Amino acid sequence: MNIEIPVTKTKRSQKKKWLPYLLVSPYLIFVLIFVVFPVLFCFFLTFNKWNIISPMKFIGTDNYSRLFHDRLFWKAIGNTLKFLILHIPLQLIVSLFLAYLLNQKIKAAAFFRASFFMPVIVSGVVVTILWQQLLGYDSGLINKVLMSMGAAKIGWLINPDVAIYSIAVMATWKNVGLYVILFLVGLQTVPTQYYEAAKMEGATRWQQFYHITLPMINPTIFMVVILSTIGGFSLFIEPYIMTGGGPLNTTLSAVLYIYKQAFQYYNMGYSATLGFFYALMIMTVVILQKKFIEKEV
Amino acid sequence: MYVALTAAAVTFIYPFIWMIGASLAPLHEIENMTLWPAHPSLENFKTMISKIPIGRSLMNSLFVAVFTTSLVMITGSAVGYALAKMQFRGRQLIFYVIVFTMSLPFQITLIPNYITMINLHFVDTFFALIIPFAVSAFAILMFRQAFQGLPQALIDAARLDGCSEMGIIFRILWPNIKPTLITVAILSFIGSWNEVLWPLIVIRNEQLMTMPQLVTLFATGGRADSQIGVKIAAAVLLALPVMIAFLFFQKHFIQSMASTGLKD
Repeated sequence: MNIEIPVTKTKRSQKKKWLPYLLVSPYLIFVLIFVVFPVLFCFFLTFNKWNIISPMKFIGTDNYSRLFHDRLFWKAIGNTLKFLILHIPLQLIVSLFLAYLLNQKIKAAAFFRASFFMPVIVSGVVVTILWQQLLGYDSGLINKVLMSMGAAKIGWLINPDVAIYSIAVMATWKNVGLYVILFLVGLQTVPTQYYEAAKMEGATRWQQFYHITLPMINPTIFMVVILSTIGGFSLFIEPYIMTGGGPLNTTLSAVLYIYKQAFQYYNMGYSATLGFFYALMIMTVVILQKKFIEKEV
Repeated sequence: MYVALTAAAVTFIYPFIWMIGASLAPLHEIENMTLWPAHPSLENFKTMISKIPIGRSLMNSLFVAVFTTSLVMITGSAVGYALAKMQFRGRQLIFYVIVFTMSLPFQITLIPNYITMINLHFVDTFFALIIPFAVSAFAILMFRQAFQGLPQALIDAARLDGCSEMGIIFRILWPNIKPTLITVAILSFIGSWNEVLWPLIVIRNEQLMTMPQLVTLFATGGRADSQIGVKIAAAVLLALPVMIAFLFFQKHFIQSMASTGLKD
């Protein structure tokens, strides 16, 4: 008896030792299958030519040289950057402006907040189908309004110089509500004494906003920039449904191109190379943004 | 100020109301862009139902979203609990790995994961839609944070009563972190419900498609081309469940979504 008790005790504590590993095992298995293996396999694929059906063929760095000479890929990157150049500032300005208004002890704030938020929760598919009608050339609502004011119709989705920016405006419309909420949280952390002191000094509204609000909500601005950069780099379903990448490939986003290379042309090795390169590019941009903004703060 | 806010609210709401109106309108009335049709009918919905298995896809979407959400919550709390309340070697390392994997762009894993689905024979099964999303780094971090805020005494007392570790997580701790449960549930449900790129890749069988995928293929594939109304009706049906849920649980939705940005 006296001997048995310590034995069961050690057994129990041994079992205890294993327990945390047992509990985290789902994550470890998951990471091995869906993160570690894919990253390694993706890297491996970049040196091969493969259409899934016939056997893989080692081709050295051919995929990489192809990537650097692939005009369409660089065009897709350029399109994505054009999208971001309008999308990020627009998102920041509109959401900060609306959050600023909502923060002014307003009546029916909950209603306004909810209405801004509606597009955020709805599927991108819905938003895209909806805006496809609004932006139509002959029967679109926006062009009808323009015509009734005597202005000329605009080819929102069919003019190669305009289409990607139309998509950027639509994406902003979809996401702005989320960033309004984030800014509202940020604005509420600014102590009201600061404004009162500034008022006593005779600071105008704009001065208060510029010298107190903006510096205080810098972390939120930073977060919004990063989140909309990452979101913008994954632009896919909007051009997929609306334009298929046209007109003249001006709305072909990088992700749409990677998708097409893999699942329309079955160039798995090449598509993996594009994905690998693109992911590195996104991480670089985000790290640079972090560095730059941290310096500014 | 109210003028600006109202104008903004109209910009966000008007298109949705128009969309619902247009889904009920005959074709020649959609062209007029009036807010509500003069002769509303369910014609568009009937046409849509006759062309695509939309009801079936609704059930598929529900099944996939509910299953994914449940798994995310179970795995998320198990891992989060270990990270928050247990001492073991490699704990810190696992935490850093989780944070790192969250910032890894999905573009890099997209093709290899598709290959994995082929090798596991998951293509054209619900496994392909559920398993790759069954563990969420975000949910783990949310649960870890919530559990860290709870007193150790709660756990010790339960252990003395002979409660198993699983019992501690689900019967003792869960009732104390309801806001986190709601947030994780809403986010993973919406995430699963709205996912469309992945289903487009792994599901080809129309009977197994989720709603966003079916509607996307319907809207782009030419079957709805001549009839805008039918396309919009499909969009309405896709939007409606989420919109209704939002109207009821507005506050929870907004708080949950805001926390995605506040995780660090």
